Amino acid sequence: MPELLEVKDLKTQFFTRDGVVHAVDGVSFELAAGETLGIVGESGCGKSVTALSLMRLIPQPPGKIVEGSIMFDGQDVLKMDDDDVRAIRGNNIAMIFQDPMTSLNPVLTISRQISEALELHLKMDKAEAKKRTIELLELVNIPSAKKRADDYPHQFSGGMRQRVMIAMALSCNPKLILADEPTTALDVTIQAQILDLLKNLAREFRTAFILITHDLGVVAGMTQRIHVMYGGQIVEKADTGELFANPKMPYTWGLLRSIPRLDESRKAKLLPIEGLPPDLIAPPPGCRFEPRCQYRREICAQQVPELKHIPNAKPDHEARCFGTQEGGWLANTDWRQDVGNAKELEAIKLEVADLPPEMKRIEAAGETRPSP
Amino acid sequence: MATITTSPTQQRAIEMNVLARKQRSLWQDALWRLRRNKAAMLGLAIIALAALMAIFAPWIAPYDPTVNDTAHNNMDPVFVGGQFTNPKFFLGSDELGRDILSRLIWSSRISIVVGLVPTSLVFVIGASLGMLAAFYGGWIDNLLMRFTDIIYAFPDLLFLVIIMATLRNSPVGDIMGGLLLMFVALAIVSWVGLARLVRGQVLSLKEKEFVEAARAIGVPTRRIMARHLFPNALAPVIVALAFSIPGAMLAEATLSFIGIGIKPPTATWGVMINEGFVVFSQSPWPTLLPAFCISIVMLAFTFVGDGLRDALDPRMKN
Repeated sequence: MPELLEVKDLKTQFFTRDGVVHAVDGVSFELAAGETLGIVGESGCGKSVTALSLMRLIPQPPGKIVEGSIMFDGQDVLKMDDDDVRAIRGNNIAMIFQDPMTSLNPVLTISRQISEALELHLKMDKAEAKKRTIELLELVNIPSAKKRADDYPHQFSGGMRQRVMIAMALSCNPKLILADEPTTALDVTIQAQILDLLKNLAREFRTAFILITHDLGVVAGMTQRIHVMYGGQIVEKADTGELFANPKMPYTWGLLRSIPRLDESRKAKLLPIEGLPPDLIAPPPGCRFEPRCQYRREICAQQVPELKHIPNAKPDHEARCFGTQEGGWLANTDWRQDVGNAKELEAIKLEVADLPPEMKRIEAAGETRPSP
Repeated sequence: MATITTSPTQQRAIEMNVLARKQRSLWQDALWRLRRNKAAMLGLAIIALAALMAIFAPWIAPYDPTVNDTAHNNMDPVFVGGQFTNPKFFLGSDELGRDILSRLIWSSRISIVVGLVPTSLVFVIGASLGMLAAFYGGWIDNLLMRFTDIIYAFPDLLFLVIIMATLRNSPVGDIMGGLLLMFVALAIVSWVGLARLVRGQVLSLKEKEFVEAARAIGVPTRRIMARHLFPNALAPVIVALAFSIPGAMLAEATLSFIGIGIKPPTATWGVMINEGFVVFSQSPWPTLLPAFCISIVMLAFTFVGDGLRDALDPRMKN
């Protein structure tokens, strides 16, 4: 099957006063038409920058896509001129943003905002666009859509606004929807509704979507495949079922260990990933996860592991880890039982303890992030 | 205690009622708040009155404001009483025997246009330069803002005096009885504040997610500026403009008072104060009456400006 989206060796960097931030560092992946993909990782690992790069929405300066290619529907997005890119945005690739409270313009009615894309891309006149807007609002289950269309954003609740954003994303029947943490700003009950809606509509319209989240729980039931990102790179690629059943990267193990499980005893402690995400101005020379990995060996700090197929796993399961790759020392490790080398864990904790106080606060803040 | 029960139909009616509630935009909300502000409404009433006076000046004014009647000069207003009054001149007459009431009425014309026209110019220049600077950033921003800083560094009055003093007696100073020069001078001096205000607004707005969202659906740059940024930046701009109108009126009065504003015999409140000041020791009325008019109109605009600020940004009210 021809791929809808083919990203090759994408490198996006931000040129700041402190140095070059390697926000996305050699990311490659493919997506077929109608396929769904989850990109998971903690804050600052390059998920959102990857999504913005796909639409060429990286603020420039300071950001720049320095290398790679993004083939969308047979055309390289990075080689298009601005008008062509604008013709793709909203029309072929649409985006749903994180915070529905701020991503709608407060002075325009809902209907005018949804109509905008219809008028721009499908050349509809005002009346047609209005009619289609009401259909779209009905599609995303907004009650009394006809009346609500002329309301302003402040008259909608957060969940309703995210529905409006989904309606907006679907308006031109795009081939690909990028959803960047679409439920992070919503409460848990609404989260489930919005995810269901997104999944069902994408299936109905055969739209491919990429769901970006820090929450493995969110992607579990949503996407066919999952890519785990860390430090600007993809560190593990697998089918969703395979990733949860047979993860092959210590970082993924860490993420899974820090999710509370319904079938676990209440006394079981959640194990956080010790340490801090890498500084992307000067990333670690070897494996990016090495400084925080309890299973590390000498080679991890010296050589950069490739994203390679893993033995004893499904054919398209790849991971970036010397330990789990062919002949590695983690090949037979059961991540649920073996939490790694206690000595290394102590060393990692000590390293964090030595950090100046302002860095520690960052870490403390990271730990209070809502768990699924 | 009786429990209130609602039947499904009643429930439905309640829901429909909520949905049938009138939709109100931010502007309608602001208007509603403005209407409830008594000081602002009083201000608006005074401004409306002044505007009517200006429009219908030829019909309201009892005499031609420029005709001399030297036989009856320096009359006191009728309500003062005494021998130096004449029932012909309700508010008295000036040194040349011109009717003060008629002159006050005609003066309101100049004051109103001097308030409105330069302010519109300020709006056009300031808003477009501020928006361009903020939106494009980089060297465009630098160039425009350094230019703004240079103008800003001049003391306003000094700048006005220089422009008026040098050009007043040139052919430019005679176009429209000197009004055009006055408009341009006032606009040149006061657009900078607005440009800075708009730039600040747009700088913060363009980082908002809805702008990124607009970009993500492929909206062209110019349309983002006109449809997404500008209306959001408008509220503080309206307030600033409301305050700039009395500022321009006062500047005109000041310039006319020191004798480099609108040329006599055209009547403006500033010119009248200037002329009245000469006879101040004999009679204060020719000075006090136009001063009173200026104060009242300024106060009215300030009330409206305050009201607009409270209405457009309720958080600022304390």
